[in-house]
Amino acid sequence: MIRPSEAKYSETHEWVIVSKKGEATIGITDYAVKQLSDIVHLELPKAGESLEQGTPFGEVESVKTVADLVSPVNGKIIAVNKEVLENPDILHEEPYEDGWLIKVKLAEKSELDSLMNAKEYQEFIESAEEAVEEKEDGPSQKGSKDDDEDIDEDDFV
Amino acid sequence: MKTPLYGEHVRAGAKIVDFHGWDMPLQYSGIVEEHHAVRTRAGLFDLSHMGRVWITGPDRKAFLNRVLTVDAGVMKHGRCRYAFFLTERGTVVDDLLVYEDTARDRALLVVNASNREKDLDWMGRHATGFQVRIEDATSRMSLIAVQGPSSVNTLKRSLDIAPGDMKYYTFTECPILDTNQAILSRTGYTGEDGFEIFVPAERASAVWNAILRRSASDGLVPVGLGARDTLRTEAAMPLYGQEIDESTTPLEAGLDFAVALDKPDFIGRAALQTQRKDGVSKKLVGFHMAGKRIPRHGMDAFAEGVKTGIVTSGTFSPSLSRPIGMAHVRPEHAAVGTALEIDIRGRREPATIVPLPFYRKSK
Repeated sequence: MIRPSEAKYSETHEWVIVSKKGEATIGITDYAVKQLSDIVHLELPKAGESLEQGTPFGEVESVKTVADLVSPVNGKIIAVNKEVLENPDILHEEPYEDGWLIKVKLAEKSELDSLMNAKEYQEFIESAEEAVEEKEDGPSQKGSKDDDEDIDEDDFV
Repeated sequence: MKTPLYGEHVRAGAKIVDFHGWDMPLQYSGIVEEHHAVRTRAGLFDLSHMGRVWITGPDRKAFLNRVLTVDAGVMKHGRCRYAFFLTERGTVVDDLLVYEDTARDRALLVVNASNREKDLDWMGRHATGFQVRIEDATSRMSLIAVQGPSSVNTLKRSLDIAPGDMKYYTFTECPILDTNQAILSRTGYTGEDGFEIFVPAERASAVWNAILRRSASDGLVPVGLGARDTLRTEAAMPLYGQEIDESTTPLEAGLDFAVALDKPDFIGRAALQTQRKDGVSKKLVGFHMAGKRIPRHGMDAFAEGVKTGIVTSGTFSPSLSRPIGMAHVRPEHAAVGTALEIDIRGRREPATIVPLPFYRKSK
């Protein structure tokens, strides 16, 4: 999947695209979707609520695990994607188009320079995967969406 | 550790996770897709990480009766039984399947991968005074399962064996491909019809690939530990470390059927007799969530505003398309229909106790 070049990416695997009017559209990356796999539910805030950069604003539940959604910006929510709430499968097909999660009116102090561009994000993922492989001597689920709740080996028989 | 089929999993693009020291496939195409394949067609599982232990020797039956909750003395040749090892307190050391092979004067025990070393040590300590040999065959044998409504056809087509007449929870020795040392049992951990196949480790890949290649057109897919967990949860089959452990007795987990209190004495019997007389202090129940957030192992369960217990397993049920869970709760809160609340990351979500299992295969 080609990641949009106009988007900025966070280390917690959210993307944000800012329009000329200062409106930000936020979603999660194809990498996050692939790592979580089998996404079955999203918890999203309501329009009108405020977001703080680096702070959780919702959660994404897959069959096996749950991960926080972390805001890449400061601002106020102006729209929530009802379609993706009802049908999270959209995320597996179109994480950057119909799978957007929320639209945000940016606050003055929103700081997007701390986020990565598409190339930097790809390098970030690769180095993270290499680190995991070195640590575990093999490919692994760990280090996926965030370190909030890793896959628990006791979940399986 | 790696099973003899590890290379097949990697080639198939499986996501590999560490499971109690074993590099095992979590999923291939996706948990939900693999789950539905087993419910509607068939799935192929590598279970070679599970412990397999042979018990032989003149005192085999006396020893097994000492350590098992089922009567080894009356088990007929070719039967499989679900049973427990217990502590003196009646809590669960492990749950296992016993294969009684009278013809060869031996029994096969299939134990949890997570408990294999503990079980070997525990059996060794309780074998004092018995003329018995305890032999760990885990690395010599592979274990492959075919599960799902089309399992019989799958085995017929791919391995040219016709197991349709086998009764549930029986096993037989049968030639598979070019090995005469295979054992086939009609057992499983999914709530569907299915079979488990024991073959020498060096033949594992040949059997695995024969089934996969010759049955893909029937819709058979390889299935990882992720779907194995959703399948067994829907079928309300216990998982060691969650529904049962060394702080829970079989009576508390609703598994009385695998405990024969009237058989010759066994470790833990006295404690269970007392508990049967005095009553249990917790019970295992199943529940549906009203909403969409998913309960997980270890979360607190509340009833009437007070904490009543702990979630043992929770997942999204692909068959029911909703979150489900099991929990240990106080007996006064265990009736079907009781309203529970599950504390999901600080927010209490409503749930209702329902009968178990969540899913039952159609006859």
